Amino acid sequence: MEFKTYSSPHLPVAGSVSAMMLRVLLALIPGITCAFWIFGWGILFNILLAGITALIAEATVLKLRKRPAFTTLLDGSALITAVLLALALPPLTPWWIPVIGSLFAIVIAKQLYGGLGYNPFNPAMAGYVVLLISFPRELTLWSAPGTQLDFADTLALVFTGNLPVGQSLDAITMATPMDSIKTRLGLSETLGEIHSGTLFGSFAGVDWEWINLWFLLGGLWLMQLKVIQWQIPAGMLGGLAAIAFVFYAINPDSYTTPLFQLFSGAAMLGAFFIATDPVSASTTPRGRIYYGIGIGVLTYIIRTWGGYPDGVAFAVLLMNLAAPTIDHYTQPRVFGHGDPK
Amino acid sequence: MSDSGNSFKRPRGTSFDHLHSFHGGLQLPGHRQVTAATPIAAAGIPPLLVLPLQQHIGEPAECLVKPGDYVCKGQLLATAPAAFSVPIHASSSGTVIAVEERPVPHPSGLPANCVVIETDGKDSYPQTAGSAIDYTQMEPASLCEHIRQAGIVGLGGAGFPTQIKLCNRKQKIELLLINAVECEPYISCDNRLLQERAAEVVEGVRIMRHGVQPDACIIAIEDHMPEAEQALRAALQAVNESGITVTRVPDIYPSGGERQLIKVLTGREVPSQGYPADIGIICQNVGTAASVYNAIVKRQPLLSRIVTVTGEGITHPQNFDTLLGTPVSHLIAAAGGYTEDIERLLIGGPMMGYAVQTDSVPIIKTTNCVLAVTREEMPAPPVALPCIRCGKCTDVCPADLLPQQLYWFARSSNYDAAQDYKLFDCIECGCCAYVCPSHIPLVQYYRHAKTEIWSQEVQKKAADIARSRHESRQLRQARIKQQREERMAQKKQALSSDGGSKDAKKAVIQAALDRVKQKKEQTDSAPKNTDNLTPEQQQLIDAADRRRQQTQTGSNTTD
Repeated sequence: MEFKTYSSPHLPVAGSVSAMMLRVLLALIPGITCAFWIFGWGILFNILLAGITALIAEATVLKLRKRPAFTTLLDGSALITAVLLALALPPLTPWWIPVIGSLFAIVIAKQLYGGLGYNPFNPAMAGYVVLLISFPRELTLWSAPGTQLDFADTLALVFTGNLPVGQSLDAITMATPMDSIKTRLGLSETLGEIHSGTLFGSFAGVDWEWINLWFLLGGLWLMQLKVIQWQIPAGMLGGLAAIAFVFYAINPDSYTTPLFQLFSGAAMLGAFFIATDPVSASTTPRGRIYYGIGIGVLTYIIRTWGGYPDGVAFAVLLMNLAAPTIDHYTQPRVFGHGDPK
Repeated sequence: MSDSGNSFKRPRGTSFDHLHSFHGGLQLPGHRQVTAATPIAAAGIPPLLVLPLQQHIGEPAECLVKPGDYVCKGQLLATAPAAFSVPIHASSSGTVIAVEERPVPHPSGLPANCVVIETDGKDSYPQTAGSAIDYTQMEPASLCEHIRQAGIVGLGGAGFPTQIKLCNRKQKIELLLINAVECEPYISCDNRLLQERAAEVVEGVRIMRHGVQPDACIIAIEDHMPEAEQALRAALQAVNESGITVTRVPDIYPSGGERQLIKVLTGREVPSQGYPADIGIICQNVGTAASVYNAIVKRQPLLSRIVTVTGEGITHPQNFDTLLGTPVSHLIAAAGGYTEDIERLLIGGPMMGYAVQTDSVPIIKTTNCVLAVTREEMPAPPVALPCIRCGKCTDVCPADLLPQQLYWFARSSNYDAAQDYKLFDCIECGCCAYVCPSHIPLVQYYRHAKTEIWSQEVQKKAADIARSRHESRQLRQARIKQQREERMAQKKQALSSDGGSKDAKKAVIQAALDRVKQKKEQTDSAPKNTDNLTPEQQQLIDAADRRRQQTQTGSNTTD
C-alpha cells in the first residue's frame, strides 16, 4: 500500500483568508448602518455601485491574466476594497464617482501590481485619492443633517443629477463638521465662537461622532477575534491623539480637542479597517506601531495645515511608501541572538 | 516587546508563577486521551528486523556482520567509527539475511543501508551479559563509555548521541533537565512510560546526574499529564530523592522543544547555533533516562523503545514496547490494523513528523510515534493563496522570526536575505504554516531554502577547489612554456654565436644528413632472419615458394 505524502505540519489548518475578510465585512456593518441612518440611501448606493464594479473589474482582469476568477473573488478582498472606498465617498455623489474609484482601485492599484498580496498601496485609498484630486466638487456632496432625501429622490439625483422639485444642491448638502471648522478657523474665528453653532455634537463633530463610535466597536470586535492586531490602531489613534493634545494644550482656541480628532472624519474607520490592510502595511510587530503613529501624525498634519478636509487617505498612502523601510529597521530580536530582555 | 505579540492565553496558576514564557506558540488539540489511558502493550518479535546503520545524528555505524551470521539478542551488529556515532545492536536473535539498502524512516524517502535479521523467536541472550554495576562507584568517564557502548541516543526525536551531551564539555553544568514535555498532539509514549515505569526513569536520572554532577536537576512534564506526575512523585518519594524537582509547564506547543523548554524553566536562551551546554544546561529526554537505567543497571543495550501507534486510521490506538527494527506494518497489525479510510502514514507527530510512502520502514531509535490518519482527520492541504502579510505567523513563531519575510525571500530564491533574516534559526515547528490563512506550506519553503543554501555551499567549495586547480595548472603550463622558450633562445644564441655564417649552418645540416645516411646504411647491412639458414630450412622455403606459384597459376587457369 502506498500512502500519500505531504509536507509537515499535517494538522489541518486553522483559518482562511475568506473567513478573515468575511469578519472584516461583518465588523463594518454597525458603522455602515449608522451612516445609512444619518446620510440616507446614498451610502448604500455607493456601496452597491463600488461593489459591483469591483467584482466585475476583478473578474475581468483575472480572466485576462488567465487566473482562476471565481475562487479568487471568494477571498472577499475586492469587496472589502470597494466597501471601504464607498464609505469614504459622500452620499449624494453621482453614480460614476464610485464606479471610477472602484475601477482605479481594483485595476490599477491592485491587479496591475499582481493582485492580492502584491499591491504596495492600499487600493481603496488609492482610488479615493484619485477621485479627490480629479473630482473635488463631487466629493463634497455630503447631505446636510435633517434634509434626508427618500429612496426615489436619491436614486434620481445619483443617476440623473435631477434634484427634487424646489430643492437646490446647496440646500440639501453641507460641508462636514471638520471641513467647516477648518474653513471658519481660516477666517480667524475661534473655536469658542464656532462651538456655539450646530457643528458640534455630544463630544465631537455632529453625527460623525456616532459613525466613528460604531466603527470603533466593530474594530474592537475584530481585534478580539485576532483578525487584526492592536499595534496599528493603537499607534494611529495614539499618534493622532498625542499630537492633537500638544497643539490643543498650546492654543485651545485654534486647535480642536484630541477627542474631536479621534471621532471625526475617517479616524476610526481608518485606524481599524484601512490602516490595518495587511498587504500594504508594515508587518513587524514593532514596525506596525511606528507605521500607525506615522499615519496618526500625518493625518493630523494634513487635517490641520493641508489643503484637504481629511488626511487619513494621504497619510495611509504616504506610510505605505515607508512600510518596507520600517520593516527593515524593526526586525525582532531572534531567539538566541543577543541579550534576551 | 518580546512577549507582547503572543496571541494565545497562557494558563495562570500558582504552579506556573515562577516560570517564564517564550514568544508565540500554539494551543493545539491534544488527541491523546485514548493512548494515554491505555497500558503499554508488547509488540512481540516480528519475523524480520530491519536495523538501519544510521539511527542517530553523526557518522553511521560500521557493519560487523555478514549475511548468514547468527546473532544473539544484544549482540553488536555495527560499531561506532567515530566519537560522534553510536553502535547498533541486534534487538532479537536470528540470522542475518542481508546487509543492503532498504526503505528507512527519513523525510527524504531515500533508502539506506540496513542489517536485516530473520528472527528465530528464541530471543536468546549471549552468555556474556554482565551483572549490575554500582554506578555510584563509577567514574563519569567510564559511565559515559558504558552509555556509548549501549548505543543510547536522545529518544525524543533528534537522536543526538547521549554520551556526547553527558561528557564532552568544558563548562560546569548547573542544570540537568529531563524533558518529559510531550507537546506535539497525539504522542503519549513518554506519558505512559512515566505512568508505568517511573522508578526506572528516576533511577536513570540519578545515574545521569552522577555522570554530570549538576547543581540542580529538574524533570519537566506538561500540564496535561497529572497521572504521570503522580507516578513520578511517588517514585521519587519511594527512594527518598529530594534532589530532583518535578515541574509542570503549560501545555503550549512547542514547549517540549529543548530551547523553548529551557527558556520556560530558566528564562535563558540557548545561543543561536550553540548548545544548551554553552549556558550550563544539559537536556535529556525521559525515555533516554529509562534506557540509561537499562544500560547500567540491567546491562542491556538500547534494543527497544516505546512507540505511540495512533490516529483515526488505526483500529486500536495504543503504546507499544517495540523492538528496534520492527517494521511499521508489524506494529500496525499488533494495533488491530488500519481502518478503511486510512490515507496518510506519519512518523512522528502531526506538526513536525513526516509522511512515509510505505509501512515497510522500521521503527528506529528516534521513532516516538506512528500516526495513521484518515482524509477526514487531516485533509489534503488546501490550495495556497498569495501571502497577505497578515503577520499571524510572526505572532506564533517561537523563534521570533518573521516567517512572512522569510517566505518572500525563499520564494524569490533570495537566499542571502533569507540568511540575514536568520533562516537557520527556524526550528521547523510548523506553527506558522498552521495559522497561515493563505494555507502556504511555509515550512516546506524554509526547508527547501536551507537545502539550497547547503548545496550552494558544497558547490562553492567544489568550485573553489576546481578554480585553484585550474589556476595552478595555468601556472604550471606557463612555467613549462617559459622554460621551453628559454631553451630555444639558448639554442638560437648558440647558433648565432658560432659566427652566424651560412657555412656554419651548412655544416650543421651536413652533419645531420650524414647521421641519417649512416643510420640507413646500418639498417641495410643489418642481418635478416633469412640469412644463415640450414639446408633443411632452405628446402622448406623453396617448397613453399613452389606451392605458392602453383596455386597462383592454378587459380588463373580456372578464371
